[in-house]
Amino acid sequence: MQAFTVHEGIAAPLDRANVDTDAIIPKQYLKSVKRTGFGPNAFDDWRYLDAGEPDADNSRRRKNPDFVLNQSPFDRATILLARKNFGCGSSREHAVWALDDFGFRAVIAPSFADIFFNNSFKNGLLPVVLKEDEVDELFRRVGQEPGLRIEVDLQAKEVRVPGGPVFHFDLDEYRRHRLLEGLDDIALTLQHAEEIRAYEARRREEAPWLMEGR
Amino acid sequence: MTGQTLYDKLWQAHAVREQDDGNALLYIDRHLVHEVTSPQAFEGLRLADRKPWRADSVLAVPDHNVPTENRNAGIADPVSRVQVETLESNVASYGLRFFPMQDLRQGIVHVIGPEQGATLPGMTVVCGDSHTSTHGALGALAFGIGTSEVEHVLATQCLWQGKSRSMLVRVEGDLRPGVTAKDVVLAIIGRIGTAGGNGYAIEFGGSAIRSLSIEGRMTVCNMAIEAGARAGMVAVDEKTIEYVRGRPQSPSGEMFERAAAAWRDLVSDPDARFDRVVEVDAAEIEPQVSWGTSPEMVVGITGQVPDPEQEADPVRADGMRNALTYMGLTAGMAIRDIRPDKVFIGSCTNSRIEDLRAAAAVVRGRRKAENIQLAMVVPGSGLVKQQAEAEGLDRVFLDAGFEWREPGCSMCLAMNADRLEPGERCASTSNRNFEGRQGQGGRTHLVSPALAAAAAVAGHFIDPAELEG
Repeated sequence: MQAFTVHEGIAAPLDRANVDTDAIIPKQYLKSVKRTGFGPNAFDDWRYLDAGEPDADNSRRRKNPDFVLNQSPFDRATILLARKNFGCGSSREHAVWALDDFGFRAVIAPSFADIFFNNSFKNGLLPVVLKEDEVDELFRRVGQEPGLRIEVDLQAKEVRVPGGPVFHFDLDEYRRHRLLEGLDDIALTLQHAEEIRAYEARRREEAPWLMEGR
Repeated sequence: MTGQTLYDKLWQAHAVREQDDGNALLYIDRHLVHEVTSPQAFEGLRLADRKPWRADSVLAVPDHNVPTENRNAGIADPVSRVQVETLESNVASYGLRFFPMQDLRQGIVHVIGPEQGATLPGMTVVCGDSHTSTHGALGALAFGIGTSEVEHVLATQCLWQGKSRSMLVRVEGDLRPGVTAKDVVLAIIGRIGTAGGNGYAIEFGGSAIRSLSIEGRMTVCNMAIEAGARAGMVAVDEKTIEYVRGRPQSPSGEMFERAAAAWRDLVSDPDARFDRVVEVDAAEIEPQVSWGTSPEMVVGITGQVPDPEQEADPVRADGMRNALTYMGLTAGMAIRDIRPDKVFIGSCTNSRIEDLRAAAAVVRGRRKAENIQLAMVVPGSGLVKQQAEAEGLDRVFLDAGFEWREPGCSMCLAMNADRLEPGERCASTSNRNFEGRQGQGGRTHLVSPALAAAAAVAGHFIDPAELEG
């Protein structure tokens, strides 16, 4: 997994609450058995004026000029600025893969849906929770100065705007550590294999109906 | 020491290791797998040269991509077909329990888990699917995970989790006639919002929840995720134990009695403390209809489409305006005056036998209205379908001009051929009314099976109670 330490980039303002994972990557693209290639279809229904299919040549489709990610300089954005409850709905990790494949490294919002939040860390995409008024301030700044480059620092747990405010964010140490180092979760967990086996042995006594493998 | 919540008990029983930072390594008893969120997990497992830790904990089934008619012809869409074939080859190479598309036991993963006794009280249950919360109705800790976590559970039988805060949603009193589990959960979501449960595990309790059947409790827990909570659950009672008894994968004989004794403890202690308690008066809930593009945008059948100009919060008001434009509705319009083009009865929320009975009771002896282009019933599993046919429910629907289909997720998310065309309006018993959910440009109104059936015969939304007599 790619590590995340500090990232600086253009922030794109997506000014809607409750952006769901169906909107981030519509269902027809979930038929892929791969982890990559979802970027051109991120926000497909909002981004294109015609209907998309998995085998379509996206470069030939009509883009919606009103959608923020189709506008310069936001088409080069690597930070997504969003509203509350971002990533709600389906558990599809394809939503994170699509944002990552588009080029996003961080999403800043007042709140995230739990499963999306979790999935992000598995893929090196940093979800940053700031207070509602801080997010408002970022929307204001980006509105005044499109192309403004924002700095997201996981080491210092800060979001920095040039010549402007520095916002602090909280994150549990476990997640932060793994993301800073880009660690493989499974390998780390397997270091506890003996404990898992001991637990299973105990459960076989306490609750054998759970361990019978019927 | 204060008492424990049901969630505390389930958590504690499954914590292999607890860390100082509050995270725990949780043991997973049952891993449900479907074709959409698993291929990349199996690929990861293979690339790392790992094997499933406990193959017998897995139950796999294709449900999202499967056709609901003409099934003998196979899957027409080549991309869908490859996804289902990929699951078939993955389960074969690791020796996992699997119900293929032609098996009578095939169905929506969240319908067949409880039906088979593959999900039991006291279990931890995961699936790469957000509606895994459904299984919490049995007194289990059940939640949806992403594909990386699917791979993690396959490889280690465990997941690292931070403990959620606890919320009790207590629904007290008697439900009015015609008000169902679906109306209860939609009303709860309307009240706390789609982010209201973020960071929480919700326990649903109170006399109105206890009065629901296990199927009804599954409908409620299913939509915990639409309230933002990964896990929803209901305490075990005798109904739970009777539901589980005698199922193919349930324990039997003496082992069942031993298990049942343990399950009876799966309730929150009387002095347990919750981080948040929400009280709901059952008698105030009327049949619900969603009007917008988020499940929290919901009102009672006697209500009107709300007016964004009356909303003080500018972000919310914007969301409402977007929703009205997308849905082709105007503020102030009576819900009763909304006329669907299609009706979908199915999904992991509402495709169990009780749901089909409730819909059939409304439809019996009536015809689908002229303006309804398609009314389709998609049973949740082959066994639900078989049971419904034994009761003659298929005839009731067919005689009324409905279509009677094969089991699967179908038009809940339209990954197969069942979908709405742009601008089409659907009365749907599913769980999400997001933009494009049932097909690009499609407009979804979430309702109960009885209300969907009533809309199909009346041609507009109507309280099913009005059609009686």
